Amino acid sequence: MSGKTFAQKAIERASGTRDLVPGQIVDVYPDLYMSHTASWRCIKTLEGMGVTELYDPDRIAMVMDHIAPAVTTKNAADHKLCREFAQRMGIRHFWDVNAGIAHVVLMESGLIRPGELVIGTDSHSTIYGALGAFGTGVGFSEITATWVTGKLWLKVPDSVRIEIGGALPPGTYPKDIMLRLIGDLGADGLTYCSAEFGGSYPGSMSVSERMTFCNLAMEMGAKNAYVEPDEITRRYLDEAGQPRDRYQELLPDEGAEYREVISLDASALAPQVSVPHSVDNVVPVDEVAGTRLDQVFIGSCANAKYDDLEIAAQVLAGRKVAGHVRLIVTPASAAVMSRAAASGVLGTLIEAGALITNPGCGACAGNGGVMTDGERTLSTANRNFPGRMGSYESEIFLGSPATAAASAVRGVITNPTDLMTEVSS
Amino acid sequence: MSAMTAGGTAVVFGDNVNTDVIIPGRYLVSIDPAELAEHAFEPLGADVQRRVRSAGVVVAGRNFGCGSAREQAATALTGAGIQAVVAASFARVFFRNAINTGLVAVECPPAAAAVHDGDEVTVDLDGGTVTTPAGTYQFPPYPEALRQILADGGLIPHLMRSSR
Repeated sequence: MSGKTFAQKAIERASGTRDLVPGQIVDVYPDLYMSHTASWRCIKTLEGMGVTELYDPDRIAMVMDHIAPAVTTKNAADHKLCREFAQRMGIRHFWDVNAGIAHVVLMESGLIRPGELVIGTDSHSTIYGALGAFGTGVGFSEITATWVTGKLWLKVPDSVRIEIGGALPPGTYPKDIMLRLIGDLGADGLTYCSAEFGGSYPGSMSVSERMTFCNLAMEMGAKNAYVEPDEITRRYLDEAGQPRDRYQELLPDEGAEYREVISLDASALAPQVSVPHSVDNVVPVDEVAGTRLDQVFIGSCANAKYDDLEIAAQVLAGRKVAGHVRLIVTPASAAVMSRAAASGVLGTLIEAGALITNPGCGACAGNGGVMTDGERTLSTANRNFPGRMGSYESEIFLGSPATAAASAVRGVITNPTDLMTEVSS
Repeated sequence: MSAMTAGGTAVVFGDNVNTDVIIPGRYLVSIDPAELAEHAFEPLGADVQRRVRSAGVVVAGRNFGCGSAREQAATALTGAGIQAVVAASFARVFFRNAINTGLVAVECPPAAAAVHDGDEVTVDLDGGTVTTPAGTYQFPPYPEALRQILADGGLIPHLMRSSR
């Protein structure tokens, strides 16, 4: 009998069945159901069903992140509905508009543990693989149904193993690896698949960097993503208040069957950029260097964690944002923002001319920082679809925090290594 | 139960049609199918919107509905009068959302390649066929669990029916 992949083991655990094979459809009982700003839709749906009993309120997590704070009276009413529902139903895991992006908040708070299965009303729920969990996105009706029944159907996915070795050259980051992979494999390169990252490089990454990896795997259509939990994972969970005996790590077996094994040498990479209007439209930054920008956005669940802001601050220290550019920085969470304030990172960014907003999804979800016709943003987020940040006639480029910061300084798309050379020369 | 068929005039799209194009994020403050339908495919312009509203079937290439998990991408199509989507392949969350909101979604690459704008297309779920002017094409039948959800008009009606 051949070995099992992580995805097979995670779905066997969550469904209480054994010997599952890819393609089988089973009912799973997720450990956690995340809903973000979409929570009001779940509540309205539940009210429409006339149901008042929930399967397990402790498995429900709500975070008001996509539109925060309220912009319209409709938003305010939606938030109020969620707040009051959480209180009435005894939902303990509720975060209001001050907390930040749901994914990052839940991981920081210790609610995401290795081996567990988490569903969320957000495609980027693949991010939970950064802690060795099985995370996947679903619609709001499914979250509502799971609130009631505790279960939903899942197909056991094929797995693709992505082996990354070597060390990244200076100025190149995990975001660049993922953009290159997305460019090479395409927007549907991993559709329906579990993306397992392995090799020497992922094992060297921080949890924050693993989040960038697992988040962006979704842009190839992945069902979930996964980095093997290790001592780095355990230390992160220690800090999040999760005792090591509280979770059980699931590792793929030797000899597990993969649809495909892909290898990538990190040391051969240079900074990469996604150009409009699809994420898989990827070129080395030098091919579009010099493209004039109107705005730079450092934010989103892909790249607005503490180390992302720190990298941007290192590039921006002692420099100024170009006069014609608006630099918007939206920390991923209140904890990230607090740490960046204490360490001086926020001060450096403000000094350089950045506008710091409250934590949350912000401009990535089109809330604040929208563009008018003909404008161009370089963003550290994960999507560049037309109209996502305002006008359908505006353009979004995607890059790493270092590329974003360097581009903000020059006012044009810039290879961050150009500014590093400037310092040393 | 009556045979499950869906059909109508086709509007044809290419590969990688994303959910931001199907229904832009700014309109997600609504869950009303009619209201959402007014803005379906808005980024592609008024001509495409008119063609979608006069169609009954969306036919697309690979990876239809990629991007966000927004369920309203399926609801907006239903609101616009779309009965079925036939594609070479679907992004997985869109496929779930389609089934869960009662929208027929079938993967059938040869049918998707054979259909032109304005063709009459019929999907027979029980028979596992897509009929087009160019011919009839087979697709693997739905697993029974999914077929039941669709037959009941979506996940929530299915749940209410089965809990009765």
